[in-house]
Amino acid sequence: MRGTSMKLGAAVLCAVLAAGPAHAADKLKVGFVYVGPVADFGYSYQHDLSRKALAEALPDKVETTFLENVPEADSERSIEKLARSGAGLIFTTSFGFMEPTLKVGKKFPKVKFEHATGYKRSDNVATYSARFYEGRYVCGKIAGKLSKSGTVGYIASFPIPEVVSGINAFMLGAQSINPNVRIKIVWVNTWFDPGKEAEAAKALLAQGADILTQHTDSAAPLQEAEKQGKLAFGQSSDQYRFAPKAQLTAITDDWNGYVISEAKAVLDGTWKSHDTWGGIKDGMVVLAPFTNMPDEVKAMAEETKTAIASGTIHPFQGPVTKQDGTIAVKAGENAPDPMILGMNWYVKGIDDKLTQ
Amino acid sequence: MRLDLVPRTVRSPLLDILAPTLAFVAAVLIGGVAVAALGVSPADAFETYFVTPLSEVWSLQEIALKAAPLALVATGLAFCYRANLWNIGAEGQFVVGGLAGGWVGVAAHGAEGFTVWILPAMLIVGTLAGTAYAMIPAILKVRLGVSEILTSLMLVYVAQLLLDYMVRGPLRDPAGYNFPQSVGFDAAARLPYLMEGESLHAGVLVALLAVVLATVVLARTLFGFEVRVVGASPRAARFAGFSDARLTLAVFAISGGAAGLAGISEVAGRIGQLQPEISPGYGFTAIIVAFLGRLSPPGILVAAIVIALTTIGGEGAQIDLRLPLDLTRAFQGLLLGLVLGADVLARYHVRIVPGGPTGRPAT
Amino acid sequence: MTLDIVQMVLVTVLTAATPLILAAIGELVAERSGVLNLGVEGMMIFGAAVGFAVAMQTGSTLTGALGGAGAGLLLSALFAILTVGLAANQVASGLSLTILGLGLSGLVGANYVGVKRDPAPHLAIPGLTDLPGIGQLVFGQDAFVYVAVALVGAVSVFLWRTRAGLTLRAIGDDHVATHALGLKVRRVRVLSVLFGGACAGLGGAYLSLAYTPFWAPGMTAGRGWIALALVVFASWRPLRVAAGALLFGGATVLQLHAQAAGLGLPGQLLSALPYLATILALVLLSLGQRGGGSLAPAALGRVFTPSR
Repeated sequence: MRGTSMKLGAAVLCAVLAAGPAHAADKLKVGFVYVGPVADFGYSYQHDLSRKALAEALPDKVETTFLENVPEADSERSIEKLARSGAGLIFTTSFGFMEPTLKVGKKFPKVKFEHATGYKRSDNVATYSARFYEGRYVCGKIAGKLSKSGTVGYIASFPIPEVVSGINAFMLGAQSINPNVRIKIVWVNTWFDPGKEAEAAKALLAQGADILTQHTDSAAPLQEAEKQGKLAFGQSSDQYRFAPKAQLTAITDDWNGYVISEAKAVLDGTWKSHDTWGGIKDGMVVLAPFTNMPDEVKAMAEETKTAIASGTIHPFQGPVTKQDGTIAVKAGENAPDPMILGMNWYVKGIDDKLTQ
Repeated sequence: MRLDLVPRTVRSPLLDILAPTLAFVAAVLIGGVAVAALGVSPADAFETYFVTPLSEVWSLQEIALKAAPLALVATGLAFCYRANLWNIGAEGQFVVGGLAGGWVGVAAHGAEGFTVWILPAMLIVGTLAGTAYAMIPAILKVRLGVSEILTSLMLVYVAQLLLDYMVRGPLRDPAGYNFPQSVGFDAAARLPYLMEGESLHAGVLVALLAVVLATVVLARTLFGFEVRVVGASPRAARFAGFSDARLTLAVFAISGGAAGLAGISEVAGRIGQLQPEISPGYGFTAIIVAFLGRLSPPGILVAAIVIALTTIGGEGAQIDLRLPLDLTRAFQGLLLGLVLGADVLARYHVRIVPGGPTGRPAT
Repeated sequence: MTLDIVQMVLVTVLTAATPLILAAIGELVAERSGVLNLGVEGMMIFGAAVGFAVAMQTGSTLTGALGGAGAGLLLSALFAILTVGLAANQVASGLSLTILGLGLSGLVGANYVGVKRDPAPHLAIPGLTDLPGIGQLVFGQDAFVYVAVALVGAVSVFLWRTRAGLTLRAIGDDHVATHALGLKVRRVRVLSVLFGGACAGLGGAYLSLAYTPFWAPGMTAGRGWIALALVVFASWRPLRVAAGALLFGGATVLQLHAQAAGLGLPGQLLSALPYLATILALVLLSLGQRGGGSLAPAALGRVFTPSR
């Protein structure tokens, strides 16, 4: 009797021990593909923060890896390499990765893909992005209040809808305080190039802008603003420590919650392809603490933030007039998502012409 | 005491092959030291860089896909470089070829019925566009003596900006939410795939064909002879009546055409549409390949494969060993430098001559 | 446009021109001795990375600048060994060093991306710096700018007013004859290449220490190539190098000013202007030369293999 129970006990023990390492080998491998360097302290940096958050949140279930500086023209191979090395969930974090992600997705139907800032999905490719324009609206209001010269400078990267809608939202926010506010826009044709961004900042400041904002990733414009005693907004990441006297706030992307919930869904088997476009309300757009501004402006900014989150106000609420005079959004309505997603026109009040 | 270089009167074929091989080994050894300094085992690195990519069908395909445009562009460049004409603008010619051929693809989108002509038209237009673009530095050099190094290089930036403008403007996909990319090409406008897996496309064959053709032309035709002589001895070439100007135009045409063809092959094969970036620097990497391959098409083919292998190995190393991609780039630069140095050994006897400061041997 | 704005614009032009002047002056000396160094871009960016790293470690801009110059010197030493010592092909060797420099810069700079340090200190002479209209421009710049200006003058004097400079130019024109005369062709060439490399490295260090207080991969963005073009455009004369640098530095910066001022041209066209301008300048230069041959040092780029 004792012998049998001992053998049984031993068998159970063996089974448990055997199951142990096998369970560890079942960790979900999650891969991340970045278009820029992790250390840009901007866009790719924030994505990498979400990777780190994931690794911290689910250390026993998940193993992460990443590839940085992947040029869009050559990305298919990198994405496929991650899929081949056993990744079960892959985040491709730049618009230009869209077609390669879909292509690799077709080849690896069991792997789940998440493409940031894109618009094409498939059964195993989901998309996600953040409503950056909400943050821009708040910044615009702050700028409207604080600009003494009435001119703001905007350092823009590429004329894609995401950037254009940001410019428009910023302008609408500023116009709600000062209807005569002027905006000067410089296109630098890059997401990250401190030298060029600094040059653009100098040019804008020389032309009379006293508040700068940017849709590029380095802290160079902030630095330049601080050097000249002006104010500016940070981008993608809280860049306060680069310009403690100049940063008003920064629009930061917070992908942590989304990444963790998607990974959990894969682990649970409940993952489905969908589109997520989160804003302030969902915690995907976070505004860095408001600094270098008088208390009543701070209060106004907080109020605006809360109002957007609750839906009381919408950055593109009607009436919104296009540069050419036509009404884009009627009074009492809000701009529908597709319009914002494909925005390729400026609002009235912007002097520059957008290249069509 | 000084270093003297005496040209060898008889070239030893053994040395010709040994020299670059030794250079390669030296580069790998230095790379191993660098890798160890970064805290990674050199043996692991060697395996990841050179062995692993060769062990899978998929990565072999990827090597071929990367080596093909390199070999094609470099073969064209070899014609220029042998004639001592320094075309640094292959990247621009690549882009222009891809853009022009891609334009045809976009224009033919949705065409029905007789569509067989689309792909050949794209390839031809791309090649001709590359040629035409290369004619700019060529004509400036022939007519005005302007340095082709600088003009061809400046035109690279212009070509990239032109592509950017077209893709964001006139060629933008109207259904694409105003993102900068053209409509995806129809199947008739794509290079056919060679195997299952939808990766390896016919562009690889095009490149191989070009290498073979170039080998034959250089070795067996009068034109090829001209090219080889002009580089080796300009005076002899002039005595033989080979026209400088005509040759300049011809080799630039070949080089630009090859780069343009590579560009449209990449667009019609790999990418399938026009987007702001269609080349991860092939035009520049091809310059390394051309020199590594000692300006001879078969050598270029080998060099292209080596470079492709190390680039893909480098990506694997980034994932598995956390080694930065810059290491690969530094390695490739180092390799080229060592090959150039080793080439000297193949071409000259190196003598260390003892003697006074005036250099006279102390006999 | 007030005087202040004009001055601000001029300051941006001057600072944009400075790295070009530094790199081009060095290359001018190398080319005057007969060596074509296409590795300038690699030496510049390696200098930018090393300069930043050294400055971060030591806390001093000066040592950073020296470090950057040293980095450029190191790479150019490799180039000198290849081309002057071993008579290898100068174009290919230069390119190999560009790629090596790019790769090494990424490795050295990897830990410093996104790190910020205080920008290089600017001159501030009470009274002079505050002069309206020109105070900032002339008396308010950082040391790099003044060094660049000084170098233009120094190289000018050296090449045309000293014996050593005459020797160097003679070697660049005819290395066979000068060698026969007993002049040390290879030694002079090595020294001028090293000088060129140090200048390129210093120009790179300027970008990461003063122009912006950051290191970013690829931050030279082709300035090394523009510097090469500048030397040709300037017909190998130092003062013209400075003028050309102001023109081209200005073109790059002015397109941003034009955008900020609301000029409605496509951004890509404005971005392409400096490159098109370079080609145009080279063409005009050649047109102005008809019948007179090239102004380049006659032995530029030719391989030198003395057998005795």
